Amino acid sequence: MMDWVAILVESVRSAIGVPAAAYAISAVGLNLQFGYTGLLNFGHVGFMLVGAYGMAITVDLGGNLWIGVLVGIALAVLLGAIIGIPTLRLRADYLAIVTIAVGEILRLVVRSRFAAPLTKGIFGIQRFADDFFDLNPLPRGRYGIGDLRFDQRTAWVVIVGWALAVLVTLLVRRLMRSPWGRVIRAIREEEDATRSLGKNVFAYKMQSLMIGGAIGALAGAYLAIDQQNVSPDSYIPLLTFYAFTVVIMGGPGTLWGPVAGSILFWFLFEFLDEVMTGALRAGWFGDVLGATDIGPLRFALFGIGLMWLMAYRPAGLFGSREEMLIDER
Amino acid sequence: MTRRALASAVLIGLVLAAATASSAAGGEGPSIRGTLENVEGTERVAVSGVLVTVTRDGEVIGSAVSDEAGDWEIPVPGPGLYAVELDVSTLPEGLALTDPNRSVLPRVEVGSSQRKVVRFNIGPGSISTVGNWTRVWGLFLIGMKLGAVIALSSIGLSLVYGVTKLVNFAHGDLVTLGAMLAFLFSASTLGPGWHLLVAAVPALVLAGVFGATQEIWLWRPLRRRRAGTISLIVISIGMSFVIRYVILVAFAGLPRPYRSYAVQGPIDFFGASIVPKSLIVIVVAAAILVAVGLFLMRTQMGTAMRAVSDSSDLAESSGIDVNRVILVTWILGAGLAALGGILLGLSEQVQWDMGAKLLLLIFAAVILGGLGTAFGAMLGGFVIGVSVEMSTLFLPVEFKTAVALGILVLMLLVRPQGLLGVSERVG
Amino acid sequence: MSAESPSLHGLPPEPGVPKPDPILVVHGLRRSFGGLHAVNVRHLEIQRGTITSLIGPNGAGKTTLFNVLSGFDKEQEGEWHLNGGALVGIPCHRLARMGMVRTFQLTKSLARLTVLENAMVAAQHPKGESLRGALLGGWRDVEAKNEVRAREMLRRFTLDHMADEYAGSLSGGQRKLLEMARALMVEPEILMLDEPTAGVNPALTQSLLHHIKRLRDEGMTVVFIEHDMDVVQEISDWVVCMNEGQVIAEGPSRVVARNPAVVDAYLGAHHGEVTP
Repeated sequence: MMDWVAILVESVRSAIGVPAAAYAISAVGLNLQFGYTGLLNFGHVGFMLVGAYGMAITVDLGGNLWIGVLVGIALAVLLGAIIGIPTLRLRADYLAIVTIAVGEILRLVVRSRFAAPLTKGIFGIQRFADDFFDLNPLPRGRYGIGDLRFDQRTAWVVIVGWALAVLVTLLVRRLMRSPWGRVIRAIREEEDATRSLGKNVFAYKMQSLMIGGAIGALAGAYLAIDQQNVSPDSYIPLLTFYAFTVVIMGGPGTLWGPVAGSILFWFLFEFLDEVMTGALRAGWFGDVLGATDIGPLRFALFGIGLMWLMAYRPAGLFGSREEMLIDER
Repeated sequence: MTRRALASAVLIGLVLAAATASSAAGGEGPSIRGTLENVEGTERVAVSGVLVTVTRDGEVIGSAVSDEAGDWEIPVPGPGLYAVELDVSTLPEGLALTDPNRSVLPRVEVGSSQRKVVRFNIGPGSISTVGNWTRVWGLFLIGMKLGAVIALSSIGLSLVYGVTKLVNFAHGDLVTLGAMLAFLFSASTLGPGWHLLVAAVPALVLAGVFGATQEIWLWRPLRRRRAGTISLIVISIGMSFVIRYVILVAFAGLPRPYRSYAVQGPIDFFGASIVPKSLIVIVVAAAILVAVGLFLMRTQMGTAMRAVSDSSDLAESSGIDVNRVILVTWILGAGLAALGGILLGLSEQVQWDMGAKLLLLIFAAVILGGLGTAFGAMLGGFVIGVSVEMSTLFLPVEFKTAVALGILVLMLLVRPQGLLGVSERVG
Repeated sequence: MSAESPSLHGLPPEPGVPKPDPILVVHGLRRSFGGLHAVNVRHLEIQRGTITSLIGPNGAGKTTLFNVLSGFDKEQEGEWHLNGGALVGIPCHRLARMGMVRTFQLTKSLARLTVLENAMVAAQHPKGESLRGALLGGWRDVEAKNEVRAREMLRRFTLDHMADEYAGSLSGGQRKLLEMARALMVEPEILMLDEPTAGVNPALTQSLLHHIKRLRDEGMTVVFIEHDMDVVQEISDWVVCMNEGQVIAEGPSRVVARNPAVVDAYLGAHHGEVTP
């Protein structure tokens, strides 16, 4: 029979854990692009990759970890420019197509033999984040309540992660509450109208893509620090759509939506996994499904969830009804 | 599309290496290992620095580089079926696999706590001995074959975009669906085991039905609710996950061949060495493409499709039943994608993410040819197929997809409406 | 009643006639789609401080002309000048800032911005709207001034009671008003309205026309595309009629309405839409 308490504990652990913090940060960047500006960046994973690899390679070449983080972010800004120039003057679908392609190609390039001298090919780079863990002020021990505890290493990463998530959210708040942010939202609503009011829409979209990408890179670097590892095949397009789901769950174009969305997403994700695994062990699926089917099944359910959200709750799980009723044109 | 899938575009070897099991080392977990040697006559020289990768269900389990003795070993998490790939590009200059089709061993079965030995036969390189023009001609043919698959698969994406302005990110998975259905009816132990030519018929019909169902139950209601472009695209992403992973659950992750035409020896075609089924793929695709062209130009429904593509409102006001046209477009598009999948499965193998990998090439093709135009998709398909394959003359194989993207971006900069697109505002 | 501007009085009513004080001069402008000339204007001048109506049957090229002039479409040939300065190749947002502001046939309201935000976003605010300014601050003074101006503008168009509502919740007519208010926030010299009265009820149409006249009386130049000949007769100082991309007639409304070329153009496309 299923141990519901254990399932809940694990789900909450997942909801406040490192991946949840990382996706909160990442989704703040995506929310700026997608939620506020209306840019369909389907290559967010590419920005995360660039942030992680920029950092790892810098350290690998003898540089400092913190310089490495900055290098990763700078590379993401550059990537934004490279993607933006051919696509941001065109319709939204073109950006989606080009970004998803660029994300996938970046993965192929860093795993290629051609780039291996820098990226170490499919093996990737390990152990570059000791500087980060040396800063850990927490004494040895387990931190948390009851069964829900993290060791000092994970606790440190978790604390820094959520602090970063709050920090980038505050940055976005500062931006979005300025006249700059108003233009950004206007572009999401109607590009041509905004243009007719004398705004350089292309430049604003470019800035949004770059800043959102930089935040994505920060998330990528953070995730890599936790794992002390970058390897190309962790950067698959699925990651982008996790971030999308997080943004949509929390409510696109809302300030704290990405943070709330990430907590919720990782809770549900773990919960579903635990329940299905439990059900499998309890023999509920009979011979129809095996242990290896749980993973794919979860992704299929994830797809259904994404479709349902976008069709019925486009303003997020707690989105205002008023906003949903507004005609999109 | 990953390097692996593309690299194996010629034809993945279908038979396992004759692997000999060695006794398990006590206490250690299972692993896959081997020794790479260059066998010339009686002389055996260890080959070092070669990359070997073990994957399961398309996910990398581990990799190793052969050491000075040519030995490599990769631990695996547990017993089961794995695929082992030797990265041909890491072989030292002048060396190649004796059988170039066997760079991937798709089904290596490992028992619990077994150290499974697999063998790759290496000999003096053959590629460099082939004349340059022969190689160009061979690559061109392979490119035409890939182009034929892309062209078939692209038409649906382009036509559906034309009539509904939806960029369907789940289109690649319709390609997979076609291949999988044909597999079900021909090679699967669950199916009736028909010949592929017979199995293709219900596969195409079911794919068309699936296209129609999607249109009626999903896209039409969404259009009625006037869902925006962005919502539709994100929903199509969700759809792609549903199709792809349901297929993965149903068919598991291993690449599998059709029973019919699985193994063929290469023949000499005007100097190029090519397997006959590749030529068949090109011929079948060409015939279907001509038929689709005639359908669009000569029939009432084809004309209506083009009219709706030009202007949905205008077509509606001139008495065309737009919803019916869209429905037919979905059926046709899904059917053609499924056919593309069957042909792709014939020339490579059937795998759960084959269509998703093809999607980027499909996008490149439709944008090159002009989003919304069927003839553009055909033209773009062949151009992308040929340029991607022929790029390996100058670039590492790993950059094939990057070449397609390069063409796509260049086109967006120079002529965003595509080769055959009408000069309307796209931005 | 049409108050014919004295400055236009006595000009010969023929296509391309030079005006005494033109704010906008178009010359040799051509834009074609496929083989079809959507716009093919040999010469056209718009008099400063007047209301000029642009009429013509569907597909005459009126909107395309607007699109090209406002930088939303690209000409293949030709030139146009604002206050004597050439405008070819200038992107649309810069044209708007130079004083040439247009609206759209299908109202483009920024639905999920409030009515006030709609007006505010149109105000020029170089500092606060730059990324630097947004990050570093120091934009609040200008913002406060802009808000005062925006609220005034909303009051003028009787939208002030809706200031905090989402623009998406406005009625069609209110959106038209908001769009005009928004355009005025850019502080244009010449306002180009694409069918401002389309789909608007008669009462609101009167109010819109009143606003347009008042703008003219304040010295603004207004060019607008209109289908309703009653409206055209009522407020135009000058009427320009296009057909198949060309200017086929211009002059005071009474004269243009009687012009045989104009009647033919309309009869060719739509029977009896012109009521002379």
